[in-house]
Amino acid sequence: MPLTIAEVEHIAALARLELSPEEKALFREQLSAILDYFAQLQALDTEDIPPSSGWAPEGSRLREDETQPGLTLDALLANAPEVEQDQFRVPPILE
Amino acid sequence: MVELSDLTLMQAARALRSGEFSSRELTLACLERIERLEPRLHCFLSLTPELALAQADEADLRLAEWRKSPEVNLPLVLGIPVAIKDVLCLEGVPCTCGSRILENFIPPYDATVVRRLLSAGAVPLGKTNTDEFAMGSSTENSAYGVTHNPWDLERVPGGSSGGSAAAVAARMALAALGTDTGGSIRQPAAFCGVTGLKPTYGRVSRFGLVAYGSSLDVAGVLAQDAMDAAAVLSLIAGSDSQDATCADLPAPELPLQDEGERPLQGLRLGVPDEYFVGGLQPEVEAGVRRAIETLESLGAVARAVSLPHTPYALPVYYLIAPAEASANLARYDGIRYGPRQPADNLLEIYRRTRGELFGAEVKRRIMLGTYALSAGYYEAYYGKAQKARTLIRRDFEAAFNQVDAIAAPVAPTTAFKIGEHADDPLAMYLEDVYTLPANLAGLPGLAFPVGFDQLGLPIGMQLMGAPFQEATLIRIACAYQGATDWHRRLPAL
Repeated sequence: MPLTIAEVEHIAALARLELSPEEKALFREQLSAILDYFAQLQALDTEDIPPSSGWAPEGSRLREDETQPGLTLDALLANAPEVEQDQFRVPPILE
Repeated sequence: MVELSDLTLMQAARALRSGEFSSRELTLACLERIERLEPRLHCFLSLTPELALAQADEADLRLAEWRKSPEVNLPLVLGIPVAIKDVLCLEGVPCTCGSRILENFIPPYDATVVRRLLSAGAVPLGKTNTDEFAMGSSTENSAYGVTHNPWDLERVPGGSSGGSAAAVAARMALAALGTDTGGSIRQPAAFCGVTGLKPTYGRVSRFGLVAYGSSLDVAGVLAQDAMDAAAVLSLIAGSDSQDATCADLPAPELPLQDEGERPLQGLRLGVPDEYFVGGLQPEVEAGVRRAIETLESLGAVARAVSLPHTPYALPVYYLIAPAEASANLARYDGIRYGPRQPADNLLEIYRRTRGELFGAEVKRRIMLGTYALSAGYYEAYYGKAQKARTLIRRDFEAAFNQVDAIAAPVAPTTAFKIGEHADDPLAMYLEDVYTLPANLAGLPGLAFPVGFDQLGLPIGMQLMGAPFQEATLIRIACAYQGATDWHRRLPAL
């Protein structure tokens, strides 16, 4: 079942992606074809099969919760597109 | 001048110890070779000659000290020039991930794998080309141009670690770091005729590896042969307090160099029918089957195994990996790093920055993943895929009760032409059909050359093993490479 342009726009809004009209049309076509191909998965019986989510490799473990030196403020701000008074600068959020 | 074309990492390590040449001489030879070949191949996104020579000089001092009292064990990579895939952070050197959204991003720290290599004295030559955020099978998705396959400049090197694979194939570097989320080390290794080692999920720290699919990503090695790959793995493996998914297990030991005429005596090798199906190039199948016969002549016992859920690996992977990517790539919003597209409000900054600076494939996967996780579709897509993933893992668990390793093709074809799959993302995804299962099951995989097709393009085979059984795969590949010389062939450049 092909996606509609409205669905493509909804997904793009959720993903915070601005898409051109050409991109919307192309993604509609390509994602529809990909999802069609993936429909074969629905035929697979997964009744009573637990999901694989959240698995950790054997032997992995958490470290002690101890404070350690981190990056300096200068290092953290060095890649920012806009900085003001040692903070990331963004447009006003509240008018 | 050091002759690079026939020099392995292990040979270079011995030559550095004996003083046959210095690390500076070796490094200069690599830099000169890069200068000569880079215009044709485009393996690198940035070069670090000053850092390389400083590190080489330090290695030469350590080597000179060592010669006065050679009882100390020197790290194998001391003074060895290596390349680093541009999704792994090297402090002070741009890390673009092949994306315009990280143009000019300079990481303030090293990835743990990079730190371990540098501490051991390795010489970093530069950062290698990759599909954007490691999403792709050809390096064509790099925002900074495609890498060319050293065996045929009109063809792709594979991906996403295509820059690393091509750099090793062209002998620009003695080894390179790569990453493998769905085949991104093994498939370019096969396309470029080098050896690629994807470790077990959890074997190697991911701290400083820019995340794509967090339940799948692993860093590994591209090298000339399995022994060299093992040498690098032994240095980068092991627990890391910065990565909770990294196992507290000792690095696998290097195999013995010489185990007699039948070094694989009694080894049980599984051959899964599901990996020899329609779409497999006949020459690739023939090459892999011949290699299995060679392994039998070395003592291995081959038998059929069944991995019945293999056909589902492609949809499962292309739901789970994009879903994880859609979450991981949410951090690129033009606020804390990377360029920002100007706009009046925060939401528009996000939308424009991401819309403008992500490439088509990254946007496609973010869209696919967002859809698979969205309200109303989660159970049908992401939930279903996670359950199917359990079935794929169980297939392997059952198989490894019967065999020690599994042999299969790496990719359905040899290297394809640049542009061949440009308009058909699904056709590109199908290139990964044989590499995805090992990622979904978290298994180690080792790809190496087993012949050439009629066009002179390398054919690769992969071995898959049970979790943390890299040593078994390395032992098999070393035995094969001791009996054959495909891995010694050089592209005419």
